[in-house]
Amino acid sequence: MITIKSYCSVRNHQLKLNGTTLLAKEKELLFSDFIKSAYDLNGSTYLKFFKMDDLCKLAFIASEFLLKNRKLSEQYGAENVSLVFANTSSSLDTDLKYYQTVKDFPSPSLFVYTLPNIMLGEISIRQKFKGKNAFFVFEAFQAEFLCNYATRLLNDKKAKAVIIGWVELLKENYEAFLCLIEETESGTELTKENLEKLYTDR
Amino acid sequence: MDALIAKLKTQIIEQLNLEGVAPDDIDADSPLFGEGLGLDSIDALELIVLLEKNYGLKIENPAEGKKIFSTIRSIAEYITANGKA
Amino acid sequence: MKPVFTAQGNVLSSLGFTAAENFTAMQQGRSGIKKHSIPEFLSFPFYASLIDNEKLKAAFFPFIDNNNYTRLEKIFILSIADVLQQTGLNPKDEKTLLVISTTKGNINLLELENYGDFSEKRLLLSEMAKVIADFFGMKNTPLVVSNACISGVLAIISAQRLISSGQYENVIVSGGDLVSEFTLSGFNSFKAMSDEPCRPYDAERKGISLGEGCGTLLLTSNETLLRKAEKKITVAGCSVSNDANHISGPSRTGEELALAVNIALAEAEVGKSVDFISAHGTATLFNDEMESKAFFNAGLNHIPLNSMKGFFGHTLGAAGVIEAVVTLESINRNMLLPSHGFENLGVPAPLNIIKQNVQKEINTALKTASGFGGCNAAVVFKAEK
Repeated sequence: MITIKSYCSVRNHQLKLNGTTLLAKEKELLFSDFIKSAYDLNGSTYLKFFKMDDLCKLAFIASEFLLKNRKLSEQYGAENVSLVFANTSSSLDTDLKYYQTVKDFPSPSLFVYTLPNIMLGEISIRQKFKGKNAFFVFEAFQAEFLCNYATRLLNDKKAKAVIIGWVELLKENYEAFLCLIEETESGTELTKENLEKLYTDR
Repeated sequence: MDALIAKLKTQIIEQLNLEGVAPDDIDADSPLFGEGLGLDSIDALELIVLLEKNYGLKIENPAEGKKIFSTIRSIAEYITANGKA
Repeated sequence: MKPVFTAQGNVLSSLGFTAAENFTAMQQGRSGIKKHSIPEFLSFPFYASLIDNEKLKAAFFPFIDNNNYTRLEKIFILSIADVLQQTGLNPKDEKTLLVISTTKGNINLLELENYGDFSEKRLLLSEMAKVIADFFGMKNTPLVVSNACISGVLAIISAQRLISSGQYENVIVSGGDLVSEFTLSGFNSFKAMSDEPCRPYDAERKGISLGEGCGTLLLTSNETLLRKAEKKITVAGCSVSNDANHISGPSRTGEELALAVNIALAEAEVGKSVDFISAHGTATLFNDEMESKAFFNAGLNHIPLNSMKGFFGHTLGAAGVIEAVVTLESINRNMLLPSHGFENLGVPAPLNIIKQNVQKEINTALKTASGFGGCNAAVVFKAEK
């Protein structure tokens, strides 16, 4: 059976893993301070984190908690772990920041983050995933599309594990919702309804 | 030269978002790339921006940059030889 | 699984507004890359392939207000309209989906005063896609793929899956991007721009030339939409991989692109018998090196290969679709086109780069792409014998 093995959500300055709150911070905090406290809570040093743009930091932190104690690339083979992510604003938050530098000294380290799929690259580097990856843009979270896409990848033997991600960030408004999808004996079956429910209750 | 080296260390830490690195942690004669600070190709491009922004020096050829950016001292020497600092 | 056929395509670029016009220009050895001096874009002259504004305005429907659509939306609409007209497909059909591939969409609105009088929402890729779909009265919400420079190939792969699984009968894949101050300044800050028209795989290559344009391709499980005079070509295999190495620098070994290529070839059941490779070939030092190692690893380095970047420049989210449409033209016409700008091999592993037009039976072609974020994609087109 294809199941939602675990899920992680980050929003409203709270980080939850499988519904359990692991971190909650006051609303007044800036995103940058909140995400740094999540990094500290995660407890492992990864200096590349500080070079990422906010969107990648958000995706990265959610993936760190989701995949803690898992070594998917060893378990399934690097080429068999797939990432399917989506959001509303693409990389617009960083696009705007990059464009502010254009008139005097265009910043190469901002420009590289003006593509939303860079978050897939960052997670792949960290987790050594070499499988399929795809980034889509929707007006709002699309449980049905993500559910079908992951199901097809697993059924067609194009992946053995899939991470579905909805990672959105624009001007201090943000949310991340990541799910690890695997074939297991028991658990929450991956259906459009179950995925929608987890997203709504996140 | 020492004052320039000290200033460069602070500027590099800021420009490259080197978290948890203090100016004293950087040895002026140690390689900046590969080992040590672990800088990469995007950092090299940011160093080009830093030199242009703060010292009015333009490096068009990345190969030339490779030599200049080998250590903090080599950057300081390049600025002294070519710049207005 | 249902076979997925490729029907008609369109290419809209500085070389022409139809696939045939573009193919003819390429056959004649013409490149769309020219020297431009546009101070609003870049403080110095640059080489790029740009679509003429007056020609675009003149081509746009006389009964539609030009001001209701952004420059890129008009390009998309014209390209899609050509495909609809050629195939006779009803865009309002409920079994039809539009897939938009783009990296930056309407990003040039940032550069215009008051967003060129468009709403800020138009910067969102899903909004742009909706405007395009609404123009044609399409029933389904379009899907948007934005995955750096593999976007176009990935859009074709996504479309293939949506059809083979029976979710849709027809998918119109349309990829487009503009050249703007945003992209020019960015690639310039990367020191990635060539100060002459780009020369993929050449020993003297100096980097990329940017280009703008749109490619549109209809994929379908409905054979009646295919032209009788042409070969029956399917999307026979596809795959995607990630380098897991660096967000902007390509893999040092090319092993991940080779992985995607090998899986796509296996799925297409063609072994190594490929007649032609339409490679990515951006003309940066490291990308072209990486590709040569990948094709060598995959045992394909003897196969005739080109990069079309010397004709169109790098059109980012459009590249994969434009190059796929031209590849399909090559298969239908049995005509290989040269890798424009190439003279002497300058990559570590040998490649069989096409130097002139060659008339030759072509039935199987491989299309690849690689991009920032470490992504690679490969698709195999196969003509039924």
